[in-house]
Amino acid sequence: MEGAWEIAFVFFQVWLSVIVGLIMLPAMFGVSLGFTDIYIKVLVKILEWATLRIQRGQKEQPTLPSQSANGIIEKDDGSMEEEIGELRRSHPKNLAGGDFTLCDAFYFCKKGIENIVEDQVTQRFTSEELASWNLLTRTNNNFCYISLRLTIIWGLGVFIRYCILLPLRITLAVIGLSWLVIGTTLVGLLPSSNVKNWLSDLVHITCYRICARGLSATIHYHNKENRPKKGGICVANHTSPIDIVILANDGCYAMVGQVHGGLMGVIQRSIVRSCPHVWFERSEMKDRHAVAKRLKDHIADKNKLPILIFPEGTCINNTSVMMFKKGSFEIGGTIYPVAIKYDPQFGDAFWNSAKYNMVSYLLRMMTSWAIVCNVWYLPPMTRQDGEDAVQFANRVKSAIAHQGGLVDLSWDGGLKREKVKESLKEEQQKMYSSMIVGSDFFEASVGPA
Amino acid sequence: MGSTSSTLLKIPNAEVLMQETGFSPAHIIRLHDRFKALDKEGRGYLCPQDFGAIKELAMNPIGDRIIGAFFSPGKETVDFSTFVKILAHFRPVDKDRPKEPNSPEPINSRSNKLKFAFQLYDQDKDGKISRDELLKVLRAMLGMQVTEEQLESIADRTIQEADLDRDEAISFEEFRKSLEKVNIDHKMSIRFLR
Repeated sequence: MEGAWEIAFVFFQVWLSVIVGLIMLPAMFGVSLGFTDIYIKVLVKILEWATLRIQRGQKEQPTLPSQSANGIIEKDDGSMEEEIGELRRSHPKNLAGGDFTLCDAFYFCKKGIENIVEDQVTQRFTSEELASWNLLTRTNNNFCYISLRLTIIWGLGVFIRYCILLPLRITLAVIGLSWLVIGTTLVGLLPSSNVKNWLSDLVHITCYRICARGLSATIHYHNKENRPKKGGICVANHTSPIDIVILANDGCYAMVGQVHGGLMGVIQRSIVRSCPHVWFERSEMKDRHAVAKRLKDHIADKNKLPILIFPEGTCINNTSVMMFKKGSFEIGGTIYPVAIKYDPQFGDAFWNSAKYNMVSYLLRMMTSWAIVCNVWYLPPMTRQDGEDAVQFANRVKSAIAHQGGLVDLSWDGGLKREKVKESLKEEQQKMYSSMIVGSDFFEASVGPA
Repeated sequence: MGSTSSTLLKIPNAEVLMQETGFSPAHIIRLHDRFKALDKEGRGYLCPQDFGAIKELAMNPIGDRIIGAFFSPGKETVDFSTFVKILAHFRPVDKDRPKEPNSPEPINSRSNKLKFAFQLYDQDKDGKISRDELLKVLRAMLGMQVTEEQLESIADRTIQEADLDRDEAISFEEFRKSLEKVNIDHKMSIRFLR
């Protein structure tokens, strides 16, 4: 019995020293030993082989439907006027009293049915579909047995991910987070000085680097010359809580958010000791002026780190960018837009908060192949004269969507949980009525009711 | 994370559905995925609220009527079979189908598409679009943007044009005749990819 314990102990020591020596220390110094690169390259080759194999398999078995990432239906892109105009072309026109025809309803009917089959909004809150299977059970759509080799590789993948990578990653994550809490608390004991700031930055970056290794994250940063500077506001598209780790690997930011309880709360309280972050109580969040004031005060102080804000307000699945809430764009100051695009082949980073809580989400992250993403720093933008906050927000959103190759939508991310406003329906009605009832319809002035 | 997709085997009556609707296996599977995505609580059927959750449908002026078309009178739920059969109305017309004399008319025939549109107007299903029913649809599509008088004027004119037997209502035949030149196949069809 004792022999077994000794062996386990030795094993544990070896395990820990491997982790510290080969992963943690290089990570802290920003040095890469190249393991992850090799891993990714091997993975890419295997996935390419798997894709070809699946395609071959599908040709041989025609009942197997192939994936289509492009949607189910082909939609007409015409405006309401064009479409209804076409409908009426064949109908004899009667201008005597209003321009309604029975076939007008067809336009709305077809649009409605198209939306039932496929709509732009609902699909943004579920994970992106892949063009071909990436050997993870969870992205397993239409899995049919194709070949023995594929199944063996899949099985090996499961073993490697769950039995080798998962314990490794969990250990790293635990080390990273504990070091964050301990380190920032220690730094917090120092009096305010340049040394304190330097140490705080060091602690933050090293911890986030360790956490990034804990996810096997490979991040490519582009245009580093546009990196956010102090006194500015960094805005980015939001896909998951991991976005913070991704961005904080390359710079230090002041976080903004609600005060949480539990483990999050512990982390929040300790990191705010070493450098100022902006945490709001739930009650404060409702008062927009108070929120704006605190953020303004923060950016007015040029010694404080740039604020990191996700204006969408909720997690979107990284295929599109949804409406940016204007609050962050009313404060003034320079906006540094950042576009984050994850490569879904290696692991799906989207947090579907309706389906998974934080813990199960993190476990899913740690059992994926890896997290590979691109981060583009865009040139800073400021609000121009004559532009209001909403227009400015849309301008920034378009820039981010364009850079990241994402669809630019004006739907509100809050629709994940809320109902559509009546005003949207009224807009549709207005557009239609302008086609029916022209301004010179009645001699007597009867404007819209 | 999207739920795992179904193979044809897991879908009840898939063969029968394909026969009746003309959808291909790939389409049936995609529609089943969509059905499951809309059926958030996984009950195996849809109720009006599930449709109501589709944001773009909620802003469609006649969205409620379209949703209503899925539910037969008295029924509060829609199962997958019914879901597919209703959507089958919007399959493009099969131009190459041989005309067998005794086979039933396909769901996506021109006539059936017109019937579908007709029932959006004819809510009490008495086979005629009365003036009242027409007014209701107009009110739905135009909202508060026009006055009651304008609405009535439009309704009267429409009935006058289409009503051939002078019974102050539009029957299905009159409806069909009034729209005989409209390209129904194009305007009431959805092009499914593959």
